[in-house]
Amino acid sequence: MKVARAHPLWLAYLLHRLSGLGLAVFLPLHFWVLSYALNDAAKLDAFLTLTEMPLVKAAEFGLVFLLAVHFFGGLRLIALEWLPWSAPQKTWAAAAVAGSFLVSTTFLLQAI
Amino acid sequence: MPQRDHLTVTVQRGGPDAPMRPQTFEVPAYDNQTVLDVVSWIQQNADPTLTYRFACRVGMCGSCAMMVNGVPRWTCRTHVNKVLDGNAIEVGPLRNLPVIKDLAADMDPFFDKWVTAEGRHHPTRTRQEEIAPVDPQAEERQAASAGIECINCSVCYSACDTVAGNPDYLGPAALQRAWTLYNDAKDADRDAILDAVSGKGGCHSCHSMGSCTAYCPNELDPLSAIAGLKRATAKRFFGGRK
Repeated sequence: MKVARAHPLWLAYLLHRLSGLGLAVFLPLHFWVLSYALNDAAKLDAFLTLTEMPLVKAAEFGLVFLLAVHFFGGLRLIALEWLPWSAPQKTWAAAAVAGSFLVSTTFLLQAI
Repeated sequence: MPQRDHLTVTVQRGGPDAPMRPQTFEVPAYDNQTVLDVVSWIQQNADPTLTYRFACRVGMCGSCAMMVNGVPRWTCRTHVNKVLDGNAIEVGPLRNLPVIKDLAADMDPFFDKWVTAEGRHHPTRTRQEEIAPVDPQAEERQAASAGIECINCSVCYSACDTVAGNPDYLGPAALQRAWTLYNDAKDADRDAILDAVSGKGGCHSCHSMGSCTAYCPNELDPLSAIAGLKRATAKRFFGGRK
């Protein structure tokens, strides 16, 4: 039997896990590219020209979204477990996602 | 809503000796009927070998919990019209528990974990002594009172994906029970409770998915109780007290 789970806290949990995995995949690549700043500045500059491509801009938006959603999701989790809250948990889960959208969309609008 | 003549009810059949398989029945539809009424109709009119469990039929005993369209519910308190998917309902045994047969889940692991979580009273006085007064307004009493209406139906245990992924995890009901005792002024061994819930499979295994709180038919909040245990065990670890 298919199990029904789509309530706000479970979705917030899923989003936090997936964004964490996404960031875990991204970070090694990020440091690898940053290492060119020390070893081969010309190669870094050549790579950075890629960031003008619309597809890369969109990917950057995704990245900032992952970061924002993971950051706010983490704050939500810390608050939920360390502060004796009860009823407003759902509201905070929604606020975390809304805040993430705000930050990442602001970034997108500045980028394009 | 148009009046229906029949409902299409798919029931999970099987057990340890036979693999689970769905079996579909056409059940007469009525204006007012619960999922338990539907299951009882099948057993009484279509297939007397269908096995399920119930007792009080009014949401007091917690015996009749089953998976209904993927959600663990008290079938006696679930109106068919609230859960119909088109004209169909799928009923199965509670998730995360062994199946005895058909819709009857084996509750032993669930109750064993109540014991493992130290979910028993540790008395401060003997019966020869006077009863100690309890202040119902005290903060810790209110925290305890918030969780004591649990009737052990195992809906939260079946809803929990951490239980599904970690067979050692004590589960929301046992941990909430431990939290109520931890906040009980008449409990003499709170350290034993924290020891029991801070080991492997204890409160720190909880991922705060919140399905326990979302699906508890008594509207209890095991998620917050488990968060309370996380705080209490962490404070003790760092040398502080409650």
